[in-house]
Amino acid sequence: MISFVRLRPALCTAVMAAGLAALPLQADTLRIATMGEPSSLDPHKISGTWENDVAGDLFEGLITEAANGERIPGVAESWEISEDGTVYIFRLRENARWSDGEPVTAEDFVFAFRRILDPATAADYAYLLYPVKNAEVVYGGDAEPETLGIEALDNHTLRITLERSTPYFLDQLSHYTAYPVPRHVVKEHGDRWSRPANLVSNGPFKIQRWQSQTRIEVVRNEHFHDADNVALDQVIYFPIEERNTALNRFRAGEIDVARDFPTQQYGWLRDNLPEATHTAPFLGIYYYTLNTREGHPTADPRVREALSLAVRREVITDRILGTGEVPAYSFVPPGISHYEPAMLEFSELSQDERMERARELMSEAGYGPDNPLQLRLRYNTSEDHRQVAIAIGAMWEPLGVQVDLFNSEVAVHYTDLRQGDFDVGRAGWIGDYNDAQNFLSLLESGVGNNYGAYSNEQFDALMREAAETQDLERRGEIMAEAERIALADSATLPIYYYVSRNLVNPALQGWENNIEDIHRSRWVSFEE
Amino acid sequence: MLIYVSKRLLQAIPTLLIVITLSFFLMHLAPGGPFDGERQLPAEIEANLRAAYHLDQPVWRQYFIYLGNLLQGDFGPSFRYKDFTVTELIAQGFPVSLELGLWAIALAIAVGLPLGILAALHRNSSIDYLVMGTALAGVAIPNFVIAPVLALVFGVLLAWLPVGGWNDGHWRNMVLPVIALSIQQVAYIARMSRASMIEVLGSHYIRTARAKGLSEREVIWRHALRPSLLPVVSYLGPAIAGIITGSVVIEQIFGIPGIGRYFVQAALNRDYTLVMGTVVFYGILIVLLNLIVDLLYSALDPQIRYDD
Repeated sequence: MISFVRLRPALCTAVMAAGLAALPLQADTLRIATMGEPSSLDPHKISGTWENDVAGDLFEGLITEAANGERIPGVAESWEISEDGTVYIFRLRENARWSDGEPVTAEDFVFAFRRILDPATAADYAYLLYPVKNAEVVYGGDAEPETLGIEALDNHTLRITLERSTPYFLDQLSHYTAYPVPRHVVKEHGDRWSRPANLVSNGPFKIQRWQSQTRIEVVRNEHFHDADNVALDQVIYFPIEERNTALNRFRAGEIDVARDFPTQQYGWLRDNLPEATHTAPFLGIYYYTLNTREGHPTADPRVREALSLAVRREVITDRILGTGEVPAYSFVPPGISHYEPAMLEFSELSQDERMERARELMSEAGYGPDNPLQLRLRYNTSEDHRQVAIAIGAMWEPLGVQVDLFNSEVAVHYTDLRQGDFDVGRAGWIGDYNDAQNFLSLLESGVGNNYGAYSNEQFDALMREAAETQDLERRGEIMAEAERIALADSATLPIYYYVSRNLVNPALQGWENNIEDIHRSRWVSFEE
Repeated sequence: MLIYVSKRLLQAIPTLLIVITLSFFLMHLAPGGPFDGERQLPAEIEANLRAAYHLDQPVWRQYFIYLGNLLQGDFGPSFRYKDFTVTELIAQGFPVSLELGLWAIALAIAVGLPLGILAALHRNSSIDYLVMGTALAGVAIPNFVIAPVLALVFGVLLAWLPVGGWNDGHWRNMVLPVIALSIQQVAYIARMSRASMIEVLGSHYIRTARAKGLSEREVIWRHALRPSLLPVVSYLGPAIAGIITGSVVIEQIFGIPGIGRYFVQAALNRDYTLVMGTVVFYGILIVLLNLIVDLLYSALDPQIRYDD
């Protein structure tokens, strides 16, 4: 019953007769359900993963992503890095062009970096570029944008100077915060440059139409330097927040790729659409933050460890979620380059041994049947979060822990976490870039996203040392040492590593699972 | 009549002002702000964002800035949809919601009214039970159940109609959402018109009409129908306002670009300007539709006249 229809002219009549949506499609059109409406097409004004799909098809940074997520040259065709790792010189492709035919120059990058770090732009993701020299002071309004560590040596040579050596900087350059913007268009249209009528981009595709909340259509950009190897003529993104709707439209053949699916349908999908159902390890951790502030029972490391010991992660991943999530015994997800995560020591123990140890710790900490521990667990409203919270509450019961569950919508939830108004709180982190530092920095003293206010001088010192270390392997070892300390302190309670979930028309080629779940349409084609 | 209309419109101004004031301060009282999300922004970034949207000012001053802009017809920029102003979002979404809503209301009246009258005329017969039983089910089953079932059956399994999408308002894309949107209204209208018809049929002047020897058809069409419409008409005012401002459920399930979603999403995102924009817009619609209903009343019921 389920068939995948590739909409080519010859088939179109048949398709319409079959009653599918009679969309005006070009020859090779990829239809993607993204999980939300982009807040903008201006790469300086977005911050969501769903926006990355569109932005990354429209624009290309100095570095870009291959089908498997690996970093490959983008607008830059080659580069040199100084010995101390602070100066990068990029040679730009001579044939890099904007979709209006104008050349992409080093000045466009200089303009873009100054613009995103200009306080007036109010770009909420600008801090990803803080490794660039003076970025932070420029953003704070304390220095002129001209002092930023980026300059055009000539039309096709760009020099970027960093505050200090940043081993993941090349990776970051593929992120949309580092995309160029067309100086000549922004100057002409100001803030309205990213409107579909004005938008000019330098990536494999260019905008054709944006019907808000309905669809974004892009077509192949003939000025793109690798346009000859782009197979698709058109890509249409449908913002569909409702996962069940995306699934239904996929089943009806109205879309080719759904960037998520409802977890509850995983069993059905595996049985009925096995070739279309993709799940893969993803660069993200689902964890509970434990409040280490004075006055909270979780300030006692014994309590934190006992709580962590009692959580049966396999039950959560296999029985409650069941979408291929992996039980987490480290804070940094596996699969990150130049990094081998440290593991919680008890991961080798059996569940009985863990519970025994947990009971000991609880009684050492002064809790037991006569003095039960009362905990407030906060989570943001979602069916999955609720089920996990209830299950974990039940797993803690044998330790004499009584859990009060509080749920609230996302804005309120994170406000409460930041104010420290919780004992245990649900949290998650998706890596901004493929580097362990992006996760471990959440546990540094005084960092905004360190909800539990964990603080350990030794940990902080190791993180500082890692930041100064050039050698990637050595740097990874130092950070793993830091992670070991945080795990030994039970700084947080890791529960599972995320997986990416996609539905992909089996007729598509060049669509590869990868740990960052980045899929650029330029690599995708329909099989002949 | 003209005086009455202008008087009503003038009265609406303080009403709207109260609505705006209450919503504005309640919204700012709600915990969490537009920039509170999973990731804490560095302090200087948050400061820049707050300054860009005047959130660094005291709330009372923000209120007067907002009122001042509103007087010039400026709803401000959306916090979340940064490429659009609130006015543009409403201007894009409202025609879609309006088209869908009017079709749904038309369908609801076209089906609900005759059903209700039919049931009233055959009171306590099997027709009556069938109609009222179905109506009860229609009221009871929420549209977040009906809509996915319709999509699954007619879109996925039978593949007669598209599962979702708007496709510039192609009729094929409208069928399922219009049906899903109207089912509850059909049920309400049927129940209401049945009750009111029964009441009217029991009144003295109908007895008089019958006593005069008028045919049953004439009694119903000339004398009973108009008065029995009154409660339905007064219900339609707020119902139309509700329906043409879109339904978040229907829009999400069928992927329709109306404004219904903004009522919920804007509040969850703390998209302050969009929350206020939708509230003000909805308020104005309610005021206007209630006025139209009152005018219709006088057309239907000769006892009501507005000529002071």
